[in-house]
Amino acid sequence: MSFSNVVRQGYLNEIEGIKAAGLFKDERYIHSPQSAEIEVEFPVGSAIRKCINICSNNYLGLSSHPEVIAAAHAGLDGRGYGMSSVRFICGTQDMHRELEKRLSEFLGTEDTLLFPSCMDANAGFFEACLNERDVMIADRLVHASIVDGMRLCNAMQDTFKHSDMGHLEEKLQEHQDKRFRMVITDGVFSMDGDTAKLAEIVALAEKYNAMVFVDDSHATGFIGKTGRGTHEHCGVFGKIDVITTTLGKALGGASGGCVSGHRELVEMCRQRARPYLFSNAVAPVIVAGALKVLDLISTTTERRDKLEWNARYWRGLLKEAGFDLKEGDTPIVPVMLYDAKLAQDFARDLFHEGVYAVGFFFPVVPKGRARIRTQLSAAHEKHQLDSAIEAFRKVGQKHGILGLGKQELLGRCAA
Amino acid sequence: MDEITKAVRGYIIREYVQEGDEREITETTPLISSGLVDSFSMVSLLRFLEKKYAIHIPDSAATPEAFDSVERIAALVRRFQRAEVGSL
Repeated sequence: MSFSNVVRQGYLNEIEGIKAAGLFKDERYIHSPQSAEIEVEFPVGSAIRKCINICSNNYLGLSSHPEVIAAAHAGLDGRGYGMSSVRFICGTQDMHRELEKRLSEFLGTEDTLLFPSCMDANAGFFEACLNERDVMIADRLVHASIVDGMRLCNAMQDTFKHSDMGHLEEKLQEHQDKRFRMVITDGVFSMDGDTAKLAEIVALAEKYNAMVFVDDSHATGFIGKTGRGTHEHCGVFGKIDVITTTLGKALGGASGGCVSGHRELVEMCRQRARPYLFSNAVAPVIVAGALKVLDLISTTTERRDKLEWNARYWRGLLKEAGFDLKEGDTPIVPVMLYDAKLAQDFARDLFHEGVYAVGFFFPVVPKGRARIRTQLSAAHEKHQLDSAIEAFRKVGQKHGILGLGKQELLGRCAA
Repeated sequence: MDEITKAVRGYIIREYVQEGDEREITETTPLISSGLVDSFSMVSLLRFLEKKYAIHIPDSAATPEAFDSVERIAALVRRFQRAEVGSL
């Protein structure tokens, strides 16, 4: 079939529909390495502007760290650019297995399997490990990749209200007739920045004979006293059955993800997880960089400590300026605006003031809960946060929202 | 409010309204289009209806539109109750 005008018009109509719904996304071109300050061309064709980046997942500031770059160079020189193979044909180097062992040690698990991304790990895990005799019980706010993975699996799907342990217990009771039960949650929830109640989840799972699955992508490397993740923070290190996480955020930010947990579950993924079976091996350059990242964060907690300080300092600055925040103690600090248009206007104005942040609104977050999601990095210096708060204050004043509480802001939305 | 409407409303409140959420759920409150119930969590509602009323609602009928209010869900249940009776 040719790409006729009718077909073209069909797609154009769809795209117009996306625009009309206010959901159209466009990219901003960055002309510098990922860092606390970046050079941005936006809109396309405009002059390049230097701004403070407060929306990346570069939590530990390792995306452009000289030692990581040097290790990646060495990996490139020693093991080449690409594997041109999936893992089980001729795509597994000794380095892949070394990284898997190091990740298991870091996360406190028996074994680990690398995937092209954590999106792929989540998309492949459930179908590989559960079937129609089982049930998956997920927190309603889990990441989209888990939702997709659950849809690909023919085990029964169920959900519980976000972090509502009473509701989870009801669901666990309801599904006692199933062969296996798996409770599924994010460790840190990416939109609200809150932490799963993992100690309570593990206790319930033990009581009702269920496995626990945690996507710790927004936690690995910095949550917990030594940065092992949400399970360390909640005092249940070594008690999580399956952890999925990413190399694409704190751990260097390139790409790649993994499934880490009991060796039988990992083996099931090696045998059956389709994104693992049918995708190329993670590139050697990334493996080499990730090994260096693990060296860096296993020898000192300096970077996660600085990140913790930055997050607390930034939260304090925003509160003092009169912004309404989602409570929490992670480096994800959502500034609540509630109104979708205000969130978009606010982000645009911040950009003009030299701060790069993004507005989030429905369907990414519930209707009437629009926000600017700010994310801290160990790469941020105090003076950058002090400059960023001035921009926030100025834009907040312009929109007349400083000092307004949730009800007053919601009232403005309704008006 | 008839028995089905009452049961559906009760279930929606228990299953979906988060603690601290002050939204009132009436027979016509939008559920899907308001974001209160999303397609991910709709599965448990579908299972509740099928189990409680011993009916089968095919995927083609379980659309976001058909699930967008207590009133519409109750109508859907009645429709498939009749269909089950008719197929006996």
